[in-house]
Amino acid sequence: MWKFILKRLVMMIPVLIGVTLLVYMILHFAPGDPAKVILGEQATPEQIEELREQLGLNDPVLVQYANYIINLVQGDMGMSYKTKGPVSDEVFNRFPNTMKLTACAMLLAVAAAVPLGVVAAVRQNTLFDSVSMIVALVGVSMPIFWLGLLLILFFSLRLGWFPSSGSEGWKSIVLPAVALGFNHMASIARTTRSSMLETIRADYIRTVRAKGVAYSKAITKHALKNALIPTITVIGLQIGFMLGGSVLTETVFAWPGVGRLMVDSINGRDIPMVMGCMILVCATFSFVNLIVDLLYAAVDPRIKSQYKSGGKSK
Amino acid sequence: MSDKKNLAVEIKDLVVEFRTDDATVQAVNGLDLEIEKGKTLGLVGETGAGKTTTGLSILRLIPDPPGKIVGGTVKLNGEDIFAKTEKEMEKVRGNQVSMIFQDPMTSLDPVITVEDQIAEVVELHENVNHAKAVERAREMLELVGIPGERGTEYPHQFSGGMKQRVVIAIALACSPGLLIADEPTTALDVTIQAQVLEMMKNLKEQYNTSMLMITHDLGIVAEICDTVSIIYAGRIVEHGNLEDVFDYTRHPYTEGLFNSLPDLDHREQRLKPIKGLMPDPSNLPAGCAFCPRCDYAMEICKTQKPKRVYRNEEHYVECHLYNEENIKEGMLNRK
Repeated sequence: MWKFILKRLVMMIPVLIGVTLLVYMILHFAPGDPAKVILGEQATPEQIEELREQLGLNDPVLVQYANYIINLVQGDMGMSYKTKGPVSDEVFNRFPNTMKLTACAMLLAVAAAVPLGVVAAVRQNTLFDSVSMIVALVGVSMPIFWLGLLLILFFSLRLGWFPSSGSEGWKSIVLPAVALGFNHMASIARTTRSSMLETIRADYIRTVRAKGVAYSKAITKHALKNALIPTITVIGLQIGFMLGGSVLTETVFAWPGVGRLMVDSINGRDIPMVMGCMILVCATFSFVNLIVDLLYAAVDPRIKSQYKSGGKSK
Repeated sequence: MSDKKNLAVEIKDLVVEFRTDDATVQAVNGLDLEIEKGKTLGLVGETGAGKTTTGLSILRLIPDPPGKIVGGTVKLNGEDIFAKTEKEMEKVRGNQVSMIFQDPMTSLDPVITVEDQIAEVVELHENVNHAKAVERAREMLELVGIPGERGTEYPHQFSGGMKQRVVIAIALACSPGLLIADEPTTALDVTIQAQVLEMMKNLKEQYNTSMLMITHDLGIVAEICDTVSIIYAGRIVEHGNLEDVFDYTRHPYTEGLFNSLPDLDHREQRLKPIKGLMPDPSNLPAGCAFCPRCDYAMEICKTQKPKRVYRNEEHYVECHLYNEENIKEGMLNRK
């Protein structure tokens, strides 16, 4: 098992190299000269040329990338073009906020989605099922920024229960977490429902019932555990989307997270800052994926035995 | 009559339907069945004849919806189970009545250890803690021929035959009075079949369990059953003890079943299958359900359901060919 974990951790290295290379290239070929953006419209060509030389932007792109990686390995993420401060300070300053938002949103989503999916499956084709699946459909279809604006309109402006922006105190996280969580709750609920529908009709549930186990216990103890695997997959993927894709939520609620920092940096051609955000999000996502795979093994003994033998037989 | 005999289970006029939007499937249509304590009844019929539905009815585990028990009574040791609450039924299942299911591959929960699956039924019905229940589970494993220490493994680590043994261990763990075995060997290969059957026979004697053996294999019936009921389209068409049904076959359908067995002495002969297929259970014929496939069919068979005619105390047949006079001689020309 430890071998499997180690292998997966080592495999994260090529993933990170691939991602950084790709992002670096895209930023390099994207229109817009960072030096020009930094110095503004009034700058003379000489000034721009001087800054380009200073930032190393005149080197071939692969040399620039190599220099970046060499520094990165030494723990130096570079200096922001915009703030002139170290990228790592800014990114690590913002990252906990994004993590906090993701964790709250995911907790909300899972806490609502799994029971909803289970009950919808058990009461298939009833009013409850239809209503909850319509809610889920609305959740998937509604853009986050729109839902965010509605929440602000209603709960901040009308009722004044929660602040509309900022990150002070637990109250300020409620609306962004609900907005982000609702969207993701929908797909988790749908997945849970469909895998539950499969497991509650399985032969082994009939065996369990024939033992004299009550229906509710057969569902919670046996069917749910078997139905969790697809649900865990979806949750893992959703965490990735949340980490990198909470830009809209963070923008609407002025939440000081990595997503917003990344978008601002892209607009400002702040290449080191974009890279810093990307690396952090990407590493976290890879790590979450590893945890998801380990969760599979915890839930399903068949997968666990695969991990144990996987290194040798394949 | 039921007072005289000591009955483990008595089913009277059972009617089960599956109601979907498109049609109502009449799975069981007025089925009667009795098993004496300690005896084994073979319920024989084709796929779709209502065998499994009958078995599940005794446990009241018909999937509802779409299934509905429409009428009739099922008595276990004289108690009407349809009068019981769901809570009371939970005490019956796995304790008084157990069921062995057809496909061992899918009958065990894949994410729970084998011993825990056996221990679950022990914990439910016997007043013991988990450790004691696991101990008992291991004893049960040994009893069905699996080393007790393998109990910590999961079903995917077991072969098909071993899984079926585990299912049998679960079924027998609380020494039920009635064991329903739903084609317990169909999914197993022949050598394992014989082992499993032999084991079931021994265990049954050891625990003095009554058994309902659901099968389509007349060989198995001859091997372990005391009485036989032939089921066709959800009704018993012929019932009697082994000798009655095997040697004094009366119903054309039973004859067809025997004729479709390969004959080792006359291997050059082609097999004689019963012509046609089971009638559509959502649209059964008005008269005898077997009439469209029957070589002996008469005009009356198309319009009227046959009445039951007794050959002796036990042996009866539902067929228009017979009346009180000619039932003794028989009308079939079985080869």
